[in-house]
Amino acid sequence: MKLTDLSSDINEWFDGSGPLSDIVISSRVRLARNLAGYKFLTRCSNTDKSEILKKLKDILLSLDLGDKVFYISIDKSSALDRHLLVERHLISRSHAFGKGPRGAVIAEREFFTAMINEEDHLRLQVLKAGCQISSCAKQINKIDDMIEQKVEYAFSPRYGYLTACPTNLGTGIRVSVMLHLPALKMTGQIEKFFNAARDMGLAVRGLFGEGTEAVSDLYQLSNQVTLGISEDSVVTAFEKTIIPEVVEYENAARNQLLSRQSDVLEDKISRAMALLQNARLISSQEALFLLSHLRLGLNLHKHQGASTPAIKRLCALGGSDTDDKSSLSIRTINRLFMLTLPAHLQLNYGKPLDATHRDALRAQIIRSALGQTS
Amino acid sequence: MQCQICNKNEATIHLTEIIDGVRSEMHLCEICAQEQGIAIKTTIPVNELLSNLLAVQPTDEELSGHSDKDLICPHCGFTLEQFRKEALLGCPYDYEVFEKSLLPLIERAHNGGTTHCGKLPSRVPRDAKRQIELLNLRHQLETAVQGEDYEMAAKLRDKINQMEK
Repeated sequence: MKLTDLSSDINEWFDGSGPLSDIVISSRVRLARNLAGYKFLTRCSNTDKSEILKKLKDILLSLDLGDKVFYISIDKSSALDRHLLVERHLISRSHAFGKGPRGAVIAEREFFTAMINEEDHLRLQVLKAGCQISSCAKQINKIDDMIEQKVEYAFSPRYGYLTACPTNLGTGIRVSVMLHLPALKMTGQIEKFFNAARDMGLAVRGLFGEGTEAVSDLYQLSNQVTLGISEDSVVTAFEKTIIPEVVEYENAARNQLLSRQSDVLEDKISRAMALLQNARLISSQEALFLLSHLRLGLNLHKHQGASTPAIKRLCALGGSDTDDKSSLSIRTINRLFMLTLPAHLQLNYGKPLDATHRDALRAQIIRSALGQTS
Repeated sequence: MQCQICNKNEATIHLTEIIDGVRSEMHLCEICAQEQGIAIKTTIPVNELLSNLLAVQPTDEELSGHSDKDLICPHCGFTLEQFRKEALLGCPYDYEVFEKSLLPLIERAHNGGTTHCGKLPSRVPRDAKRQIELLNLRHQLETAVQGEDYEMAAKLRDKINQMEK
């Protein structure tokens, strides 16, 4: 498996499918585990790290995970390849740019990754499109059971699975959902969402942006408490309470835009279209910011039945890579979100590009996808 | 209370500022607070959180007259001082070795939780498993009672009684 096989398209969990996918882009469940009989990575020698890496890699590659898997040695990969894996959410930034022997076992369909020697010896993740948290949890639990047949995890009856950082102690479970919340942002209510998340003991961070700023209106919402609560309770809280509430907030904001602030909406969508169809140089940040508004427009049409003049014009934009040539799809917009990120651009182009060349190539890909021939 | 700026919306953000000993209060609605650039910090980096938590704890000398400060884990050579810097522990035994210092921090990081009540590895001995399952059931019972789900509470109580026989 070559990374360029991955970089030419979006992954399954980002194709715009799945329950509630107009707002919940994807669901992820992660487990943190350490092997008994070894120190945590802060105190491990490189020899220990190599031993752990080999042990876990061999086990993971021998399991039937329902898909072909491949292994990447992260410490031996090029910086561009590592960036690509981060952009595709297959490994964390700290795994990509950490130290010492470390690797990742990845399913070809990208629903599963095992990071070996990240902050803990083993970090497993399962990702799915839309709101599918319990399905992710079920699958990761099964994989964890299979691994556990072959190794002994560091576990204490009192504290559960022992992790390098006490904040992951207990179940080691981290449920994260990627949310697209453009209407809350546009109506100036995003702070309300932050506060509600904080009150529920959840962490929010921006995605695809630099630092924590969510230029694309994409946010990741995760649980923080992992001890004193069961895996099932965490999953149920997300599925029964947290997600329905956020979806309700965002939908109320979308309806508010349509009924009371249609001029704001028309302006944002029209400006985004005009810029994306005509720009000759566009930065990743600006592209993400504008594509978010197009995504909102398409979803308002599909789910709220909106057909304002700007939305009508937007839906009529067809491009060479749309499934349905007569109309623009969410899949196309999602593709643009991911395929115009810096590492994707360069790997698909075949060689490293400086920022100006990247901006030109990005603008060209977007114009072509939006049906502009020149 | 109404927002001091727009005089229309309900004030939900209350700021107290003390400059040179002079105290002033502001009561704003969310929209005006945002316009004034007042945002509430919602995410705190883990490292910062951990070192803040450690910093506010009473020192061990204050508590019991003896100190964890000079304690070194016999398994990995780790000290609390290193944990304060790195926010990561050295080995699984550190949880026992530094338990006294770590427990208040664990409790705060997990919203009061100090005992595991989730998945158990299949290798855990049967006795320990039973104990943990009982703990989990009691925890669920507590939640059910708090949520006034008495039907569920009765079922859990019966299950606990049966296990304790």
